[in-house]
This record gives sequence, C-alpha cells and structure tokens, in this order.
Amino acid sequence: MKWVALLAGLFSGIIGAMGLGGGAVLIIYLSLFTDMPQLKAQGVNLLFFIPTAVAAVTVYGIKKQIKWKIVLKVALWGLLGAAVGIYFADLLGGKLTSKLFGGLLVIMGVIEIFSKKGCGRDK
Amino acid sequence: MWFAGKLISVIELTSSKKNNLLTAAAGLAVGIVNGLLGAGGGMIAVPLLKKLGLSQKQAHANAVAVILPITVLSAALYLIKGYISLTDSFVFIPGGLVGSLIGTYCLKKISPKWLKRIFGGFMVYAGVRLLLR
Repeated sequence: MKWVALLAGLFSGIIGAMGLGGGAVLIIYLSLFTDMPQLKAQGVNLLFFIPTAVAAVTVYGIKKQIKWKIVLKVALWGLLGAAVGIYFADLLGGKLTSKLFGGLLVIMGVIEIFSKKGCGRDK
Repeated sequence: MWFAGKLISVIELTSSKKNNLLTAAAGLAVGIVNGLLGAGGGMIAVPLLKKLGLSQKQAHANAVAVILPITVLSAALYLIKGYISLTDSFVFIPGGLVGSLIGTYCLKKISPKWLKRIFGGFMVYAGVRLLLR
C-alpha cells in the first residue's frame, strides 16, 4: 500500500506540474482503485495540493510573476464559491458528487484528447 | 503573502464593469468547482486569467496563487465536516513533491502532445467507470 501511495503521489505531482490536470489523478486513484468514499478522496486531494502549491507560489512570487491585485480579486470570490460548493457536496452526498466528478472527467478528457496545443504551461 | 504590495504588478486591468462581472462570476465558479469536486478550479481560472490579459504561462502561475487560498478554505471545511483528518494526505505528499519536480523538468524537455492524448483517454475511461458504478 505504501509503495502504491508513493507512486500515486508521484504521478499526481508529475501530471499536475505539466499542467495536464493533476488534481484529478489522486481522486481517480483513491475513488476508483481504493475503497475510499468520494468526499474523503476529494478532501485528501485538497490537502495534498497545499504544500506543492505553497512551494510553487513562493517561487513564482520571488520571480515576481504573481499579479497580486488580480489574484486577490478572483480568490475572494472563489472563497465564497468554495463555501457554496461544499454546501452542495454536503447536500448531494458522495454518490451523486462522484457522478458529477465522473461527468467532468469525461468532458475534460475529450477536450484534452482533441486539444491541438502542446502542453499548456509551455506556452 | 497578500500584503506584499510591492509585488503588485503595474499591469492594470482595463477596469470596466464587464471585467469586474466576469471576475466575480468566474471566481465564484472556480470556488464552487474546487469546493464541490475537490479539484478542477484551474480549468476555469486559467482561461479567466488569460481573458484578463495574462499570457498562458502567467495564467498558469497565477491560477495556482488563486486556487491556493480557496483550497486551504475548502480543506478546512472538509476537516470541520469530518470528511477527512489532517493526516490522511501525508502518505502521498513525498511522492507528490518529487513528482512536481520531475514534471517541471519534463515540461522544459518535451511537448507532450501524445501524453495529453493518453491522459485524456485515461480521464474518459475513469469518468465513464465512475458514472457507471
């Protein structure tokens, strides 16, 4: 289990850093390939994202690549949205939420397959 | 980090009402998706930031900065609701950090068009399995 967890983390990190949608990998692994309930899998993914994001934002911040004014504006609305989102996750429960997540994956997957651009972050 | 006023870029938004409305709606959507599904805020944040005048590369960097506080709040709410405990993710973090380094390095080396196809196919497969479960 420990090795598998290490590999799952590794792949999530690689795919995340390449801008391919790494956020989905760990949830897919936990939800489909282990017995973890959907909402717990999502929560674990949220926690998992934090240290990597702190490191990335710190580096980008030092390089002065962050437009703080814009970021703050979007993030404030996002915080409100997060509260709404979790209210709905709670309301819908894990089973329905996993269907929504599945639907999103199909859409994102199709977009990714037919996208003509190279790797997003590379541009 | 927010108080680092000096870091605020000179690049200003063409601050029309339209942009403010777009920012509010898209910002809300980023939060809702991220809170509801535990991932996926980036797919809204990146196009929004590009629309606000950032380049693709800048948009990706700034999207992480947007999603970080949203994720911290979301994770805190998941903790409060009792869906997770703080230690649940620890086992995945070492692999994740190493993976990020590898991914960042690979990004400079290859333009992974085929990788996108493979991963896209995997996402469709996983999505269908979740839907049919």
